[in-house]
Amino acid sequence: MATQITKTNGHGGVPGDGSDGQPERFLEGNHTYQTLGDKIGAIVLTQKPPRVWFIVAALAFLLVNVLLATITYLLFKGVGLWGINVPSGWGMDIINFVWWIGIGHAGTLISAILLLLRQQWRNSINRFAEAMTIFAVVCAGLYPLLHTGRPWLAYWMFPYPNWLALWPQFRSPLIWDVFAVSTYMTVSLLFWFIGMIPDFATLRDRARSRFAQIAYGAVAMGWNGSAKNWHRYETAYLILAGLSTPLVLSVHSIVSFDFAVAVIPGFHATIFPPYFVAGAVFAGFAMVLTLGLPIRHLYNLKDLITARHLDWMAKVMLTTGLIVFYGYLTELFYGWYSANVYEVALVQNRLFGPYKWVYYALLFCNGFVPQILWLQKARYNIAILFTVSMFINVGMWLERYVIIPVSLSRDYLPSSWGYYTPTVFDWSMFIGTMGLFTLLMALFMKFLPAINIFEMKDLLHRMTHSHKNGHGHANGTDGHVTGEPLQSGFLPEGTPSADRNGG
Amino acid sequence: MPQIFHSSTNTLARASIVLAAIAPLGLMMALSAMSRTYFVRLNVPVQQPVPFSHEHHSNELGIACQYCHVSVEKAGNAGLPPTHTCMSCHSQIWTNSPLLEPVRESYRSQTPLKWNKVWDLPDFVYFNHSIHVNKGIPCQHCHGNINQMQITYKSVHHSMAWCLDCHRAPEKYIRPREEVYSFDYNLHAAIERYADEHAKATGKKLEQIPRNQVEFGQLLVQDANINKKQLSDCWICHR
Repeated sequence: MATQITKTNGHGGVPGDGSDGQPERFLEGNHTYQTLGDKIGAIVLTQKPPRVWFIVAALAFLLVNVLLATITYLLFKGVGLWGINVPSGWGMDIINFVWWIGIGHAGTLISAILLLLRQQWRNSINRFAEAMTIFAVVCAGLYPLLHTGRPWLAYWMFPYPNWLALWPQFRSPLIWDVFAVSTYMTVSLLFWFIGMIPDFATLRDRARSRFAQIAYGAVAMGWNGSAKNWHRYETAYLILAGLSTPLVLSVHSIVSFDFAVAVIPGFHATIFPPYFVAGAVFAGFAMVLTLGLPIRHLYNLKDLITARHLDWMAKVMLTTGLIVFYGYLTELFYGWYSANVYEVALVQNRLFGPYKWVYYALLFCNGFVPQILWLQKARYNIAILFTVSMFINVGMWLERYVIIPVSLSRDYLPSSWGYYTPTVFDWSMFIGTMGLFTLLMALFMKFLPAINIFEMKDLLHRMTHSHKNGHGHANGTDGHVTGEPLQSGFLPEGTPSADRNGG
Repeated sequence: MPQIFHSSTNTLARASIVLAAIAPLGLMMALSAMSRTYFVRLNVPVQQPVPFSHEHHSNELGIACQYCHVSVEKAGNAGLPPTHTCMSCHSQIWTNSPLLEPVRESYRSQTPLKWNKVWDLPDFVYFNHSIHVNKGIPCQHCHGNINQMQITYKSVHHSMAWCLDCHRAPEKYIRPREEVYSFDYNLHAAIERYADEHAKATGKKLEQIPRNQVEFGQLLVQDANINKKQLSDCWICHR
């Protein structure tokens, strides 16, 4: 949470909220510290999940079995089961990898970058966005792993002293990928876990069943809400935020190098890194909305995830969507300006070739549909937001389809041109990973605090303070740190901290 | 409400940090040690239909390697002797030995003996005996002191790193061509002989007498026309 950083006092430090002295409407309803803890804690501890939860979880479980069956068959038969073959050695496996990795971007962006930029509105969405990131990276990781064909030898990709007397090929972007994705996964996981520790302590203290007490107690790692605890927590969280910020940019840049470093027409473009990163944020926010809107509705969280949140997420989507659209236009320009016969042929292939419907559908989904978000009414309309984000999910998938098979199936040698068609196993794998993702999200909603309890309390604290003191209020940083334990974790609200000077 | 965890849990938690750091390291080292010995069955004699002794035939009797492994200088495979080769002696000596019954049976029924492989290279590795022998890589380097083995066992593990050790620096192990079958190689005697032959052939003395294996090896690599640069290319072994 990093109070020192998110500290905005009464001056309206959140960009865009104006300086009208009105508190941010990122928390609605008449909440107190107690009701916030009750409400979010109850989702996990006492509340029976809504009926839809059971239906979704069961369906997702079914799809996970489809995934497992596909993987088992794949291990027996080899990757020939998929539609990949010369000339298109990459197909839906890599499309889906890039798609999932892209979705896995919003979590860290919301958590780390918005934290460092002092955007308080991240507080109610960051937890499940981070969870989404991790689950998306899990799904993404399956693809390159299985794409190698011999996943049991995947450790060969790491540089370790070995009998082969060989290092991985460090000049290959595919090896950079291994490092980028595994680093991203590690840091995201740590960031997610550390962020949850104070909330685990809250759940531990509120839990009634012995099992829940022990389970949450174990993961709370002895958190007692002392100033020392908070101080170390803040430091660790800030360090991780600092580490993950460059990762948001590096991971998808490196994924884009998988293409940009190759000499295939349509791959070899300098625009790729920024264009991929923007696309990832675009896709990530679309997925946050896709998941967030139903969750908000089912668990009745309209007071915590406010219309204002949705509005801002839509704005981020619109902005990154425009960058992505600019990328599409640049690709066309690049093809023409290169005056290279192969690049020109690629542009013609995209516009008029056998996959032209994919390209037009892409332009429609990612270029045309999001423009409706210019209208404020649309940004506040749940149905429209959901529809637009679904279009973007599809559009981002199509984007990777346009990049991978369209370029690969027609490269320099017309004699070796081909046509890529996914097989039923490509689809069962894809649907299976969606099931895995959904199941993990469902379990997350059931067993972990989906919304950051203590940060919401912190937000409430700041809102009530800015009410009372208006513009003149300016908290000292250290005073705020020691004040923090009062609001969450082990100590009941209002009890002075025993360890006030510990920080 | 009583405490959920006993206070000793704190110590356990701290210990788990140390354990988490040490345990994977220990496990990896154990696995690595096992995979260098136990998993590759190093120094474990391989059961054969006939207890053939290299010690007896090669060391005691002095039968040349090529007498049985006839194609070692000419082909990729060194060749296992047909039963006929065994019988060239054993039709005369030890004709009633019960140990040799499988050999006689094989001869009578015209079915080859089924020897069990001791060194089994993976199928994706291309290996050729003749090039190694002809360029001066001794039997001893890959097969160890096979002339001392009662029952043949794997004494050297042919891992890729081991292959590359020589392929990246063949001068460390190369010998003069006439010394490849020797199991009591004397480096300094070989260097002397080499210097003498050089003087005889060119009429000039060597500029510098090699002082050790590597210096000598560098001359031999040059003489044998070994293109060191390409020796560690992937395709050399993975064709």
